[in-house]
Order: sequence, then C-alpha cells, then structure tokens
Amino acid sequence: MKSQTQNIINDFCITFATVNGSGSQTANNTILRALFKMGIPISGKNKFPSNIQGLPTWYSIRVSKDGYLGRLEKDDIVVCMNPASFENDLAYLTPGGVVLYPDDFKQSIQRTDITAYSMPVKALSRSADVSPALRDYIANMVYVGVLAWLLQIDLDEIQQALNHHFKGKQKAVESNFSVAREAFQWAGANLKKNDPYRVERMAPLEEYIMTDGNTAGALGSIFGGVQFVAWYPITPASTLPEALIEFLPQYRKDPLTGKNTYAVVQAEDELAAIGMIIGAGFGGLRSMTATSGPGLSLMTEYAGLGYFAEVPTVIWDVQRVGPSTGLPTRTAQSDMTMAHNLGHGDTRHVLLIPGSVTECFEFGWKAFDIAEHLQAPVFVMSDLDLGMNQWMTRKFEYPELPMDRGKIMWEEELEKRIGTWGRYADVDGDAIPYRTVPGNLHSSAAYMARGTGHDPVAHYSEDPQVWEINLNRLVTKYYSARDLVPQPMIDVLPGANQGIITYGSSDPAVIEARDILRKNGVNLNKLRLRAVPFTSEVESFLRSNDTVYVVENNQDGQMAQLLSQEFPALAGKLVKVAHNDGLPLSAEWIVESILKEGE
Amino acid sequence: MMETQVESKYTKNDYRGLPSTLCQGCGHNSISSQIISACFELGIQPEKVVKFSGIGCSSKSPTYFLNRSFGFNGLHGRMASLALGTLFADISLKGIGVSGDGDTASIGMGGFKHLVRRNMPMVYIVENNGVYGLTKGQFSATAEKGLMLKKQGTNPYLPVDIAMEALVSNATFVARSFAGDPRQVKELIKAALSHNGIAVIDIISPCVTFNNQEGTLHSYTWGKDREAPLHEISFIPPRDEIMVEDFEEGSVREVTMHDGSLVLLKKLENDYDPTDRWQALRILEDAQRNNWLITGLLYINPEIPSLVDMYDLPQQPLNRMSQEQLRPASSILDDINAMMQ
Repeated sequence: MKSQTQNIINDFCITFATVNGSGSQTANNTILRALFKMGIPISGKNKFPSNIQGLPTWYSIRVSKDGYLGRLEKDDIVVCMNPASFENDLAYLTPGGVVLYPDDFKQSIQRTDITAYSMPVKALSRSADVSPALRDYIANMVYVGVLAWLLQIDLDEIQQALNHHFKGKQKAVESNFSVAREAFQWAGANLKKNDPYRVERMAPLEEYIMTDGNTAGALGSIFGGVQFVAWYPITPASTLPEALIEFLPQYRKDPLTGKNTYAVVQAEDELAAIGMIIGAGFGGLRSMTATSGPGLSLMTEYAGLGYFAEVPTVIWDVQRVGPSTGLPTRTAQSDMTMAHNLGHGDTRHVLLIPGSVTECFEFGWKAFDIAEHLQAPVFVMSDLDLGMNQWMTRKFEYPELPMDRGKIMWEEELEKRIGTWGRYADVDGDAIPYRTVPGNLHSSAAYMARGTGHDPVAHYSEDPQVWEINLNRLVTKYYSARDLVPQPMIDVLPGANQGIITYGSSDPAVIEARDILRKNGVNLNKLRLRAVPFTSEVESFLRSNDTVYVVENNQDGQMAQLLSQEFPALAGKLVKVAHNDGLPLSAEWIVESILKEGE
Repeated sequence: MMETQVESKYTKNDYRGLPSTLCQGCGHNSISSQIISACFELGIQPEKVVKFSGIGCSSKSPTYFLNRSFGFNGLHGRMASLALGTLFADISLKGIGVSGDGDTASIGMGGFKHLVRRNMPMVYIVENNGVYGLTKGQFSATAEKGLMLKKQGTNPYLPVDIAMEALVSNATFVARSFAGDPRQVKELIKAALSHNGIAVIDIISPCVTFNNQEGTLHSYTWGKDREAPLHEISFIPPRDEIMVEDFEEGSVREVTMHDGSLVLLKKLENDYDPTDRWQALRILEDAQRNNWLITGLLYINPEIPSLVDMYDLPQQPLNRMSQEQLRPASSILDDINAMMQ
C-alpha cells in the first residue's frame, strides 16, 4: 500500500458505479465540472446499458495533470452505489486504490490492498429538504460531498458546478448542495484520510470548454447555416438533432421577419429521413441528418442516389458497435468502409472525421461548404465516445470562411450561361457542373433529376459512352475533394522512421501511447487523418516511414483497408492495430500491441 | 358542365413534355394529358411546379409533361420523403407527385401514409393498374384476389384500397377517378392543385399490356361498365365569377378551397357529402362489395393546416436566403463558449 506521504495529485481515475435511471448523472457531472473549473484537465466517459432503469452503469472521470484524455484500463477510486456490481468493481481497482460505498452494503471486502470508506448515505439523504420522490436522486450528492472532502475539491466549485448543471435554478441547486455540504462536513468529522489521492488547483483552462460532440456538431451545423434537418431517433445519434431542436429556435430566426430560417422533421424511419434531406439538398437547402449504423444501413440506396444525381447533403454517422443491433450504447469506428462506399454500384463518398469535440463543431459547418461545393453527400464520421461523452475541448472558433454555396445559379447567371449550360455538363473542366434549383423561374432552369443514366443535359440515356464518361467524371470530382477537406495533422520526430496513423476518438489514446512508447525508446511519427479521400500528405507520410501502425477502434482495421486500397504499392508497410470490445481504446492496449508487433 | 380557362400568357405547348415511351393506349398517357390541360387551364407558371415520382411505368411519366418544371425521378417507393424535403425549399411551389400502385401501396406504403398523416401540401396521383409493368406483369398490392395473370397464376391476396388507406391516415383530400374519364381526371387535378394539404387521387389506369382482360378490376371494360361517379365535378378558379343561378336549386354542392376557388359538385343519382369522412369510408366499403368503380371527390377538408403552415416560415423562400440570414453573429458564439466554460 502506498503511504500517505506519496501523494498522487491530479493523476488518477475515478469510477462511479451506479444503477441507471438513479439520477447519478447530476452528481457525476458536478464532480467533472468542479474539477474542470479548478483548471484540472479531465475527461468523463459514460458506460451505460441499453436500458431505461435498473441496470448497472458506470461513469469514469480521468483526472490528468498532463492532459491525457484517453480511457484507463483500471480505476484508482471507485464510488460504488450498486450492490449488484460491487464485487466486480473492486476487482478493477489498482493496488492502493480507494472504494467508497454506502454503509448498508452487506458484502464484505476481501481485498486488503485498498482503502475503504463507508458512507451513511441513507442517514444523510434522509435529512435533506426534498420530497421523498427525489430522495433517491439526491442520495448521490452524499458521495459528491464525501469525495470532495477526500480529494480536497473546493465546496464552492461544487456549488458553481451545480449552478451550471441546473442552469441557475436556485431551489434545485440548494437542495442538492445542502446534501453535498452536509456529507462533506460529516466526512471531515468522521473519516480519517488514509489514501494518497487528491487534487490541486491548476492554472485556469481559459481556452477550453466542456461539452459533448453531438452538441458541438449541432452548433457547428447551425453556424454552417443548416436549413433542413430530418432524423429518426437512434442511440447514440439522437442527442445531435435534439441539440438542433434546442438551439435552432434561439439562434436562427430571420433577422428581417423573425420567422424561422430552418425546418426540422422527425421522419418515420431512416429511409425517409435521408429521402427528405436529399429532396431538400436538391431544392437548394443546406440539409442534414444524424444517424448510427443501423440507420446508415437503411440509408444506403438514397446515399447512392445522392452521389449519382449529385445532390449535396450532410450525414452524421455517430458510430456504435455492430454488426446488426450490436451494442447500441457502446463505441466503435466500424462504419468507415461502409460509409465510404455506401450504395450499390460504383459509389464513393467524402468522409470527414472529427478527432475532438472542437472539430465536431468545425466540421459541422465545413461539411455544408464541401457538400455544396462538390454537389455530393458528405459524411461526418463521429462516434459514441466523441458524441455522447463530456470532453474538455478547445473553444469553438467562428468560421473563418464565408459560406461556399458552390456553382448554384439563379435567374441572372443562368441567362448568361444559356447555350453552354446543361445540368451535368462539365463546363469548367473541374468535373463540377453548374446547378439550378426549384424556384428558379428562368424558363430554361428546369431539369429532371434522376437515378437512371443521364446525359449532360439530364436526359435519360442508356448510351454506354455517356454512362462511362459521367461515372468517370464523378470519380474525378470525388478526388477533387482532396483540396477541400481538412488536411491531416502530422507530427514528425527527428530520426524516427516508423509512423502511426489514427483518427477520430482513438486520437487521445494514441497521443498518450506515443508518449509512453517514446519513453521506452520507440519513436513514432504521427499522422491523424481527418478526411477521406486521402490527401498527398498521407501518401508522403506512408512513403517516408518504413512501418506504419494504423490504430483504430474496429475489428477489421477498416482504415488500413481503405489506405491499402488507395495506395496498393505502399500497403506492405501498414500494420493493423485494431480491436473493438465496445470501449474506447486505451493507451495501455496500443502500447502493448505495438511493442508486440515490434518484437 | 362548366369549363373554365384562366387567361394567361402561356400556350398549351408550354406545359408539354418529351414524347411518351409508354405503351400505346396506356392509361398513364391519358393522365399526363390531363395534367397538362389542368395546368394550362389554370394558367399556372410551369416553373412554379415541381414533379416527383418513384420507380415504375407511372413514375416515368413526369418526363412526358411540364418540361419547364423541375422534377425528380427518385427511388422505388420513396417519392414521399423526397417531395417533402424539396418543397420546403420554396413553399410557394406546387408539387405534383406521380406514383404507381406498386410504388405507393407495396414498397412505399409507409412513406405514403406518413406523407398523408403530415398533410404535406402537394398533389399525389397514383396511376393504379394492379400490376407491375416494367418488370413484366407481376401482381401488385392493389390486384384483386383471384386475378389470373399469364405467368403469375392466381393472386391469393386481398387488395389494398389506396383511397381507403389515405382516408384512414387522415388525408384532407381523397379522390378516385378513371383514366377513361378524362374530364373528371382534369377537374380533380385542378381542385387538388388548389388544396392546401395532401391531395390523393387514386386513378384506375389500365395496363393494356399486362392487365386489361375483360372485366378485371383495373381494365378499361370494367371502368367503362362499372364507373359510378358520385357527382359531376367542376373547378372554378378564384378570379372567376360564377352564376349560381345557372344551377337548379339544391342540385349543386359547393366547396370553397383555401385559395378562394370553388369546387362545384353537381348531384347525380344520390346526394353525396364529400366533407363527411364517415360517408366516404362507407361508400368505399359499398363499392368493394358491389364491384363498383366509385369515382369523384370522396373526401375533402380544406380547413386543416398543412405541414408547412406549422413551421412559421417566412415568405421569402428558404433556398434564396443569404449568409447574413443563415449564420449567427460571432458574438453569439462567444456567448456559447462562455456558457460551456
């Protein structure tokens, strides 16, 4: 056991083991935000069941003075409020770890290498000034208070965090805070601190905010001028459209008339959701949906139509674990190949891959510019970990570019192009035609969009040459996205001749793994992908490294597959470092896997 | 009966499409002609119409009318959602969807019923022939039980009644017609174009190649022998003065549409009240039992708000909005960042 003199400050993992539906989210968010407000880098991850009430759920907060946000395999502190998972939860504790539990638990603790504190949860919550119906919810505030005392979190910060959580509703803040305060005082009078874990205030995180990727994606879309949203509820994507529904009425009234500049429709299924946004995109609106694997499967046929009829729209895939219904409340990066080629026949799509919550905001607005510029569906590949968990993340930045509406023509411009214009005619030689949209009242504006073979003036055609020229143009157009998409983030170490490629929510674990490997003498250059198609930097990176580990959260190494497909001559350098069990990757697993490969 | 023609700068040619590639004698061609006539007689600006269709013979037909109107020939059974999304782009546009019985009543039933339930303002025409034409003569969901087709044998299932499906999904305008009754088709289309909500017209449109045997439910002979119009329908555009004294008292029902136009329904054998949903359901049930082809305006309620009425949208089309209207100011983002700290 570690002695009290070797304090462990701002560097540990706390897990709250509770029952879902018991209201623990308030307590967990309170601790998370209080720590954040003390300037300590944190990340929070919810591991929850596909259930409304009554099953075990865990919430882990990683406290990291070094700013590592990835998942840890073990817990240093467990707050166990669920007798059903108690035994298991103890097994996850590191030696020298701490357990907090209610004093009415019947089970005994076998482990002797940990510190245990029992809390009079019932007694302390009984004294709270709340209705009996709310008593179970408020019981969680007992562990907030006890933990605050143990870790030395300022009570003021707890109160501020509650204030944030309840959006200033004083009654709710006060009834919760009074329990936390009482528990804090009880702990001070009754507990003897016998463990090394505590926090210390750090410099304020002024450039950071705390939120989740789905909220960020919704806000980014709003600043991208989204006008039409169609969606169908699915975990873990639903909170994105729900955030749109919350924020659009606040931020998107027409300044001239006070009317809405948007419409949101909850569709009857994902087939309809994508049908609506393809329709709206054809109509000249910035349209979007958000879904997850099963919904994306249903959207396949329309995605192909969008590609072929050249309709701009934005599809967020907040990935979860498949195949099939899979693990609906767990995370994965396993729709990458599917989304890239979504649709039958020769189809390929542009993917944007945010690697942080801040990028969810940024790609939220950028996706519309790219979609309208290219006249094609654009997929934003988020996942449950990024989308639904709370992250400390850089502040959102206002779009630095004006909106790119692409080659859309209204009456006047069309008049100038009469004679050369055809809806699918490549006038500029850049594979991107000019388009008109319904409501353009010029007598030559109209055309018939279709999923069947068509010629440059959008007439039905079965001509073999017409077909092939058109399909080749679409591929050229797809590759032209290399100049539009976010470029990869590259970090090169002097003398290193091996590299690591990752993307999305696997990045935090890779950042940490790379630092650990470096301490072990393994130096890796790094490239974080932010889009498909791959830009020339990706090819150079592959060329300049002898071995490249591709780290991702799926079984098949899907990004490694896409890279091999695109750069077959370099495919021999790629080493797949992929696995998925529903949880975010940990640095520990990445380090072990790479060291094993290197043996 | 009255014929109206609104004065406009357009000639009938302004509403024509490319030459039809459907079979000679196909009921769908006759319906395309009536769409052209209806739009011409109403003097609608062709650019103000958007055409939609799914996949199938009927869904090909939007190419054969209104060449100056935008159109989208989309996916099989998925016209409803496509039309809904498109029409939000500019709510002053009129949508005309043309679908078939396979496209609507089989693969597209879900989308169809939800479009109806939402009261999306557009005309939804089903060219109903009881058979899959493009795939060479399989039974559709509206084919009657016992129908015998060359390669398919005997149909074992009961048919779907599209008008009934529309009614039970709370459609606000439901009509049935027969491609062999062009005048009624045309007047119903005019009324449908004036309706502020979903207007479903189920038109029996015989397939001369695969399903036109004497006396079968979707054949010309059945339509001609068994058509029982509920009334004689005339559409009067808003600007026209009508002389009610032209009609014998009590012989005509008037329905005032949302845009001020009138639908006049001249009584035939029996009085029929198309604002009574219960009566509509009953007459469809009677028609099924008695093997009648009941045609005319089965049900109308012009008062229900349409889907777009519920969205508080400005007059200016959404698709003509500028960046200034669509991107919030940077100060708002500062507030958001502060809120999340």
